[in-house]
Amino acid sequence: MVTDVPTIRTRLADAPATDPAATPPQASPPHLVARDFHLFYGSNEALKGVSLEIPARTVTAIIGPSGCGKSTLLRSFNRMNDLIPNVRVTGELRISELNVLARDTDVVDLRRRVGMVFQRPNPFPKSIFENVVFGLRLLGVKDRGELEVRAEDSLRRAALWDEVKDRLDHSAMALSGGQQQRLCIARSMAIEPEVLLMDEPASALDPTATARVEELILELKSRYTIVVVTHNMQQAARVSDRTAFMMQGELVEFGDTRQLFTSPHKKLTEDYITGRFG
Amino acid sequence: MTPLPIRPGVNMARHRRMQRLREEFIAWVLRACAFSAVAGLLLIMIFVFREALPIFTSAETQREATFGGFFTVPNWQPVSDHPKYGIIPILIGTFKIVAVAMVFSVPVAVLAALFASEFASPRLREILKPTIEMLAGIPSVVLGFFALMVMASWIQSVTGSPVRLNALNAGLALSLGVLPTVFTVCEDALRAVPKSYREASLALGASRWQTAWRVTLPAASAGVAAGVLLGLARATGETMIVLMASGNAALGTASVFDSARTLSATIAAELAEVVVGSPHYSVLFFLGALLFLITFVINVAAGLLVDRLRRRLAGA
Amino acid sequence: MSAVILGQKVAPLPAVRPSDAPGRAFTLLSGFAALLIVLMTALIIGDVVVHGWQTVTWEFLSGVPRQGMTEGGIWPAIYGSLLLVVLMTFALVPFGVGAAIYLNEYANPDAPFTRAVRFSVHNLAGVPSIVFGLFGLGFFVQFVGMQMDRALGLDVTWGQPALIWASLTLALLNLPVVIVTTEESLRAVPREMREASLALGATRWQTIRHVLLPQAMPGILTGAILSVSRGAGEVAPILFTGAAYFLPYLPTSPTDQFMELGYHVFVLATQSPDVDATKPLLYGTVLVLLLMTLLLNLTAMLLRARLRANLAGRS
Repeated sequence: MVTDVPTIRTRLADAPATDPAATPPQASPPHLVARDFHLFYGSNEALKGVSLEIPARTVTAIIGPSGCGKSTLLRSFNRMNDLIPNVRVTGELRISELNVLARDTDVVDLRRRVGMVFQRPNPFPKSIFENVVFGLRLLGVKDRGELEVRAEDSLRRAALWDEVKDRLDHSAMALSGGQQQRLCIARSMAIEPEVLLMDEPASALDPTATARVEELILELKSRYTIVVVTHNMQQAARVSDRTAFMMQGELVEFGDTRQLFTSPHKKLTEDYITGRFG
Repeated sequence: MTPLPIRPGVNMARHRRMQRLREEFIAWVLRACAFSAVAGLLLIMIFVFREALPIFTSAETQREATFGGFFTVPNWQPVSDHPKYGIIPILIGTFKIVAVAMVFSVPVAVLAALFASEFASPRLREILKPTIEMLAGIPSVVLGFFALMVMASWIQSVTGSPVRLNALNAGLALSLGVLPTVFTVCEDALRAVPKSYREASLALGASRWQTAWRVTLPAASAGVAAGVLLGLARATGETMIVLMASGNAALGTASVFDSARTLSATIAAELAEVVVGSPHYSVLFFLGALLFLITFVINVAAGLLVDRLRRRLAGA
Repeated sequence: MSAVILGQKVAPLPAVRPSDAPGRAFTLLSGFAALLIVLMTALIIGDVVVHGWQTVTWEFLSGVPRQGMTEGGIWPAIYGSLLLVVLMTFALVPFGVGAAIYLNEYANPDAPFTRAVRFSVHNLAGVPSIVFGLFGLGFFVQFVGMQMDRALGLDVTWGQPALIWASLTLALLNLPVVIVTTEESLRAVPREMREASLALGATRWQTIRHVLLPQAMPGILTGAILSVSRGAGEVAPILFTGAAYFLPYLPTSPTDQFMELGYHVFVLATQSPDVDATKPLLYGTVLVLLLMTLLLNLTAMLLRARLRANLAGRS
């Protein structure tokens, strides 16, 4: 047994990171669904039949060793993998009633409903304001007043407003890494998505900035269905209601975060969270 | 606040349909732009060859100029009562001038590229590279002018040649036009060689020169060869320098101290004066087609070499 | 003394490394080659500046040639060159940038069409400039122009060497320059920028228009400036497509012929009845041409250096 694992267990047992009351009842219809989802890069099978159901307004963490397919799964929900040549998929992905993989699904609409935050903060080399309203302008919002109101709202929700309200016209590139990442979150939220996908959103940040982003995730859960990919098990334990553990393209175990970290059903899961590999 | 989609009265589904149509239209326009490069190359081939065609098809043209005659008639005298279109003297002139240009430019360019990529301090490199870009930016008509007004006199006083404008003068001026091409391609190739090669060699106790000569240069050899070929194509096709510096006499002698005339200079000097559609006109287009083919083959070969270099370094 | 390795007698390795004098000599030689290039460049530019600067006065720049081009100025040639490159740029940049966007953002790299385009761009760059001249005459003047005259029922208007045909010929000649530099600058935009934009529900064209093109702008500008500089210096392609030896008026229509700086240099240097009398004018003209092309090149170089510094700073 590796020493830091009991810490997680202790913390989860002693002080639950998430308020049990906020966890929605299991009966509500799932928001995101994957059924027997396979993905191939050329002849290499990166996802080998993943099935899972994610309820609305929860935070789900996907953990697993690098190369296990967790980012690939995340990027499949807004079809970012379309950008990679020679990718083939089978099975089913749904967001509410929308069939994600169907040929006639409009990816542009899909991506408006599903926001994404990337591993490395990727603001555009434009002003802070222009970054936040980028998606709004694409939707044809031209009214300055409305843009300003919505920008402020998004920045407030991303807990960035107080830091940048006096310099909205400054370049976003001048912000710190943590601020940039919160700006990217604000930018995603401005177009009112239902789902936020976060691909290791804190991996490029220092501990303080990481803590801010984690707080933010907990606050945002009341409005969005959030899926976070992370390589950091403590982080998964801190922010998520439910956790999925993946390995070599397969979903090994998926369940309540506390249960998964304290009494995993599978031997593999236990080995991973106790630090025997990965 | 109104929920998104925002503008009242706008049918989002219809908006997206229009947007998709627009996207498709734009993709189509961009594809057409890309096709313009293919179309350009094809049109050049078609229209240069088309104007040369009467040599093979028109009896009237063939009375003055035939394909066989190009290689059997000894002289190039297009403007006379009995025009003679023997291109051997022109081919010899082209070869002579290009050979002089390559003999001078290749060693200088390759050595300078080695210097820039292997030995020069960053500061020296920062002087050398912009200077070469400047040299590349000098219009060829200015190089021709310099060869005509200045270089020719120096060369004559050094060699004691009876004619001022000769193949040596044109070749040396041409080498200035070719240098930047050869240098740039070679230097790119040398710098593409991974640092680990050099480190391995230096760690075995090789000197910097030995490393450059036995490791870096061989690793980049395909790129260096490509640079030499691209320089060769450029030298063969270059017009204004040779037109102004070579004296333009189609003599067909072997000496570089004689005046000489190239394919490109022949076209440049004579086409403006000929009647469109005349045998002379067709012959000049034939020379153009020949020039196109020669440079095309060299360029394709250079392209293959560059691909090979890229694959080899990527595979390593 | 000898060593035995694997049962074989071998000579011992030398204790002292053999002298590397030839190596040092070659290193020196390579430095000398570099020095030679710098000296020659300086010599050419220096010669032109020293002999030309006194000629370049306001009267020279704004006047017209007089006395069989042994006196006067070069304004018609400057004006013609400017018109030529402006028209060329209008024809060239949309096609070049469009092609580069297609190649970098839309094309499947292995598709036959893409390979055909890349092959053409590479080989178009190697076609001799005089062949472009032949093509301009055979295609634009003799074919397109003639057909236009026939279709419009005109006398010879379009079917003769003209400003428009010379600039289109130069545009085709410079197409590879713009495509290659634009592609380079698009490639330099990080993949994350594309992903960020697409993930926000931008379409492919919106991503290009609002994210990629603004970031690629310095590179596109570099390509355009380089091609203008090259266009202003190329003489062979315009010899038969529109450049005039001497014109008593300035061109006003795309079907007019025009005087051009590079061609004017050629004419003054080779066709003048009195070489010594023209020499100051000739040097002055060369200096103006050289300044124009070198300043444009310098601008392009600085832009590109800044672009690369930005990229290096970001990653």
